[in-house]
Amino acid sequence: MTVSGGREVDRGRASVLRALPLALGGRLRGAKRGLRSPHPYLMVLGIVAAVLAYWLATEVLRLPRFAKIPGPVRVVTEWLNPDPVFGVSVYSAEYYQHILYSVERVGLSFGLATALGVPLGLMTGWSQKVRDYAFPIIELLRPIPILAWVPLAVIMFSGRETPVIFLAFLASFFVTVLNTHLGVKSIDEAYFRAAACLGSSPAQIFRHVVVPGALPYIFTGLQISMGVNWFSLVAAEMVSGNFGLGYLILNSYVSMTYVTIIIGMATLGIVGALSSGLIRWLGNRLMQWRLRSIGMGGAR
Amino acid sequence: MRAFAEPRDAPDALRRGALAIRRVSKVYDPNGGRIVAVDDCSLDIAPGEISMIVGPSGCGKTTLLNAVAGFHSISAGEIRLDGELLCGPGKLKAASGADRVVVFQNGALFPWKTLIENVAYGPVVQRRMRRQEALDKARHLMERAGLGLVVDKYPGEVSSGMARRAEIVRALINEPRLLLLDEPYRAMDALTKSVMHEALLKLYDETRVTIFFITHDLEEAIFLGSRIYVMTTRPCRVKKIVDVALPRPRDYRALSSESFRALLAETKQAVQEEAQKAFEVGERELA
Repeated sequence: MTVSGGREVDRGRASVLRALPLALGGRLRGAKRGLRSPHPYLMVLGIVAAVLAYWLATEVLRLPRFAKIPGPVRVVTEWLNPDPVFGVSVYSAEYYQHILYSVERVGLSFGLATALGVPLGLMTGWSQKVRDYAFPIIELLRPIPILAWVPLAVIMFSGRETPVIFLAFLASFFVTVLNTHLGVKSIDEAYFRAAACLGSSPAQIFRHVVVPGALPYIFTGLQISMGVNWFSLVAAEMVSGNFGLGYLILNSYVSMTYVTIIIGMATLGIVGALSSGLIRWLGNRLMQWRLRSIGMGGAR
Repeated sequence: MRAFAEPRDAPDALRRGALAIRRVSKVYDPNGGRIVAVDDCSLDIAPGEISMIVGPSGCGKTTLLNAVAGFHSISAGEIRLDGELLCGPGKLKAASGADRVVVFQNGALFPWKTLIENVAYGPVVQRRMRRQEALDKARHLMERAGLGLVVDKYPGEVSSGMARRAEIVRALINEPRLLLLDEPYRAMDALTKSVMHEALLKLYDETRVTIFFITHDLEEAIFLGSRIYVMTTRPCRVKKIVDVALPRPRDYRALSSESFRALLAETKQAVQEEAQKAFEVGERELA
């Protein structure tokens, strides 16, 4: 009885699926497949376990090192408080102002670094002459830690905004140039030869071989670039600036509102993950061939 | 468009794809190690024939192919195609061009383009056809080559046999004077190989394009070739020319004929001697 009943339900569900428009049906099937796999549950479980450990350490066991650290319950209560004790929660305009400032700076510096870094990396990777000119100086400047640039940035640029953007830009720029350069170097010589003997001009080789061939490395580079961009942005905001998440964190430390520090950090985590996800999504859209080849069990 | 249309008429065939390699030498690292890859090598390839270049590994066959394709320079001698100088004294490196298309050892279809985009690539970049026209032509040729169902797949999604076939169609759509194949079926199992051979012969019978084909595999050489050039071990020269008088069109039954076996024995002996020499040289170099 129960078995046939179960089948009945299945059949009912199947007919519902059939009745749905094709696109929606496809999406539902995809979601169903997703829910049947263990991955989403494990991902949620991982986050739950981490928060649980944090909660135990701070609010239940009150371990010695964690004595002054606000626990998750306090943080979330404040974060979602319509009338925040320390002034910053999802209901306060100030909170979004900080996020907006940081996101704007990241967008500007990351966009600028990509717009300049990718073409430069493509050129140094492709042309021996450009490499000879540009690579030594890039390799000399690249190892200088971004924090060592802080004084120079403050001296060079007036105001509070430009030094911050400059520092974040610089970090992203070197990462993007290097990865794009390596991306071009990684392209198999056979593709250049094939393109040449099929009658391509240098400009066509650039467009049809150099750019698409380097794309996987470029996007790996952009992921890293986004990471270092946030890193140096927050560092720069702590040094100079009166808005932004880095400023919020440092300022909360100075005014001893520790709950707000954690809110700022968690927000950085979320916004950072979203920005990386955006790049991954864009990369997958631009590199269908890679997804499909890997799906077959071996990219070539 | 002539590719795949009618077998070429004789006068046309005479004008297309006659490759003359005259006293060509290639020395790598002339000031240092001086590795003589090719030494005073001459050979003539008749238009419309399949010429098979056979020789021990590392003997310099690929060096010769690269010189013809314009990937490498030569050190001395000259190479002409239909009488026209590709490279020689004063111009040691040939320009690459779609009149000599190479099919590579490990395959070089662009993995970021679908098979049909790969095939249509040549005519589009040479501005011989509009994009749509080239795609139509590519689809037509691919259907005839048994690739009709995979035109929109990426190279990473199809078998190596299909990819290699698409690569040959990508070359032939340009109506090259010379098709250069560098051990294209090396990594394939025997069964796939024999299917590939028959497919290549079918394309050849339709186009009669001149083919310069490098291989290690003697059976492949005899089954496909009009003529076999057995090369010496490094430095590379022609040791022996074997004419393959098997009638065309050929199919797998040719493999078990008496004359096939006689040719195999004849070629085998010449190759064996060179392989032995190459092996001994290798031993000496390692000792």
